[in-house]
Amino acid sequence: MSGNGKTLNLTLHVWRQKNAADKGRFVTYQAKGVSPDMSFLEMLDVVNEDLTLKGEDPIAFDHDCREGICGTCSVVVNGRPHGPRTRTTACQLHMRTFRDGDTLVIEPWRAKAFPVVKDLIVDRSALDRIIAAGGFVSVPTGSAPDGNAIPVPKENADKAMDAAACIGCGACVAACPNASAMLFTAAKVAQLALLPQGQPERWLRVRMMVAAMDEAGFGSCTNHGECEAVCPKGIELDVIARMNRDYLRASLRGAEESKGGDGAA
Amino acid sequence: MELKANIPSGPIAEKWSKHRFDMKLVNPANKRKYSVIMVGSGLAGGAGAASLAELGYNVKVFCYQDSPRRAHSIAAQGGINAAKNYQNDGDSVWRLFYDTVKGGDFRAREANVFRLAELSVNIIDQCVAQGVPFGREYGGTLANRSFGGALVSRTFYARGQTGQQLLLGAYQALMRQVGTGQVKMFPRREMLELIVVDGRARGIVARDMVSGNLETHLADAVVLATGGYGNVFYLATYAKGCNGTAIWRAYKKGAAFGNPCYTQIHPTCIPVHGDYQSKLTLMSESLRNDGRIWVPKKAGDTRPPHQIPEDERDYYLERKYPTYGNLAPRDISSRAAKQVCDEGRGVGPGGLGVYLDFAESIQRLGAAKIAEKYGNLFEMYERITDEDPYKVPMRIYPATHYTMGGLWVDYNLMSTIPGLLVGGEANFSDHGANRLGASALMQGLADGYFILPYTVGNYLAGTKLEKVSEDHPEAKAALAAVAERVRRLLSMKGKRTVTSFHRELGKIMWEHCGMARNRAGLEQALRKIPALREEFWKNLDLPGSADELNQSLEMAGRVADFLELGELMCLDALEREESCGGHFREEYQTPDGEALRDDERFCHVAAWEYAGEGRKPTRHVEPLSFQDVPLQTRSYK
Repeated sequence: MSGNGKTLNLTLHVWRQKNAADKGRFVTYQAKGVSPDMSFLEMLDVVNEDLTLKGEDPIAFDHDCREGICGTCSVVVNGRPHGPRTRTTACQLHMRTFRDGDTLVIEPWRAKAFPVVKDLIVDRSALDRIIAAGGFVSVPTGSAPDGNAIPVPKENADKAMDAAACIGCGACVAACPNASAMLFTAAKVAQLALLPQGQPERWLRVRMMVAAMDEAGFGSCTNHGECEAVCPKGIELDVIARMNRDYLRASLRGAEESKGGDGAA
Repeated sequence: MELKANIPSGPIAEKWSKHRFDMKLVNPANKRKYSVIMVGSGLAGGAGAASLAELGYNVKVFCYQDSPRRAHSIAAQGGINAAKNYQNDGDSVWRLFYDTVKGGDFRAREANVFRLAELSVNIIDQCVAQGVPFGREYGGTLANRSFGGALVSRTFYARGQTGQQLLLGAYQALMRQVGTGQVKMFPRREMLELIVVDGRARGIVARDMVSGNLETHLADAVVLATGGYGNVFYLATYAKGCNGTAIWRAYKKGAAFGNPCYTQIHPTCIPVHGDYQSKLTLMSESLRNDGRIWVPKKAGDTRPPHQIPEDERDYYLERKYPTYGNLAPRDISSRAAKQVCDEGRGVGPGGLGVYLDFAESIQRLGAAKIAEKYGNLFEMYERITDEDPYKVPMRIYPATHYTMGGLWVDYNLMSTIPGLLVGGEANFSDHGANRLGASALMQGLADGYFILPYTVGNYLAGTKLEKVSEDHPEAKAALAAVAERVRRLLSMKGKRTVTSFHRELGKIMWEHCGMARNRAGLEQALRKIPALREEFWKNLDLPGSADELNQSLEMAGRVADFLELGELMCLDALEREESCGGHFREEYQTPDGEALRDDERFCHVAAWEYAGEGRKPTRHVEPLSFQDVPLQTRSYK
């Protein structure tokens, strides 16, 4: 470990908001004796233990797996979703990234489609609604052919996996000046469009998912690329280009194919 | 209490197909008249709920996370086993069955394990069809890797994120049903009580974790797929929210608890590094395909790894288990790591670590090939430890990872409470005393996609259920009991935080009911835990109120249950006077330190029945018989 026994003292400005109706405000806390080997969330744990013992309300924040895969943690640190380190979720961000005396501004995801629930916790159910609109292959249990019946070129499988690595955290939305969910939506569209299994519903899927995205109140994409820069899983802007192509083609194909499509390019 | 396993008659390979024919069916037009509650949205819960909804049942799904996609199945890294024999290396349903029974150290039910092996092939097909991007060969076919406890290559994988991809497949199937309205999703809800009417499970009481409202939900059947209880150890590879509350509530309502002491300590986790630490992180077992495990031969050797010459290193797994080498099963690998550390040969701070070294593989295959296989794991390791595993060996140490124990279920996954079914890690069923790597995903999905949809229907078709309303005395009593428990938790205004109690419990459990157990230690734990529990109920300092989002309150309820569950684990470990799989009693070992089973006295499942507050629970026994894989001493040498 890189700790060497040196600890950090930090000033935290944390967004506190009692519930969705509350206006919310920043409150300042001192975090003293922080070990560089702590994760960012463990640092918040320590602050919360102190607050609890002082009879104050601890800071509510979303977290679960604490190993960068569940997509639950969602804090903005100094203006950047998940903090300063690239390809790193807040739970995997370690305090050795910061220096003694640093001031950290800690906020929730900010987007119209993600209302604040409490403190640093937001409601991201809009992302579930996008998936429910079409982010799947309609294959009821039991109706699948043998796994090797349809070969998938390794390159396509690898690219599909790159897109499928999305953890649904919503950092892309939080970083986007328009609060667009294009990277999230496009990652799923691209994954399924790259695989033979995704072809039958390819055109319908993209139209339904984009419609759900618009309906949920996400903004539109104006190619800032902030989403790609903050994505903890390195999802690339390519997926958006892919989705735009598919969306255009799907729109041109008209109503007939929108019911299913033949999958032919 | 009578434990009826309801194993179908006939040869083992025909039991499941015969049973499928024997099971009753619900008329398709009537399925929409039935409602099913699914608690948990991981592999078993998500897959089960989606499949039941596809059949036409009305399904309500509950999860404590903000989205069903976040269930901790998502963190499984390495892979999923299936007896496809795509590699032409001699695999078969029979071999997977054999490996799993042996891997479980002959403490699992043969019939269940055979069914699991049989269904494994269907799971892969289903997931591929859903668009799960499994690793592939250049010719476009599915790729495989090897996992512990097997000499064939039968593990399917999606890089180091197999659990994520399988879960997202199930989640997407589930969301499709949410879209059609067949599933109603209740995220940020925690089940806090089971409602039992006329001896049958008929609903749950759940807390809305945002508003604090307590809700009564009624149904014709209840399925628990709430995962394992390894967070009783505080430090574990589980997500922070994973808990045993749902199964513990069911236990206290009469569901027997099977083999609570069977816990899996996974050999390759990142070592503990500080008092503030909140969890442990696994490094996938798949790494043992290419990484070699070693410690210095000499105790107290503090030289950095690259300065220790080859002939002064002890590749102890390769030395002790030449046939399986670094792919020895988890329980054996973990104990071997503990042993070398106990001898003073451990590495890193505190001497609690062993090396997992990729130098040779990187030299042989190139760093790019290793990155392709394990890139995300190496990155995760680097994030946590600030060390680059491409350059220096990883340091790893065992950590709590899985619980083989869980609610006792029969062949239909039915608990001892009719109408309460249990799937995935939450039940005790298929792994015996030790689970093999890549078998948890297999079991979760087998239960969810291919077993529960049949057995839930069988129960509903064969049972006449009266209509129950929220005003039923049992429903009202359950609701009142939850309200009272919440009130009590908030009323103490003591001096200690929930986390401090949880940490202390975890230390007791790890010390006395961890990788090695003995009578004196377990008896000590059985004194310490009730004392700690008593203090908890007097001295808990819980901030906030019941009618708001209150994460401390959520944790307090879970820790209160762990303080009881931990005691049952120790009691079970004490009364199982043998060593088997992950349950290692120091008094019962072979001269070379391997687990020594006692098949005369303990070839059975221990199923514990709750006997009321302050009373010792009753230990029931389901005898196990081994017809198709005869009892033998497990050897990986």
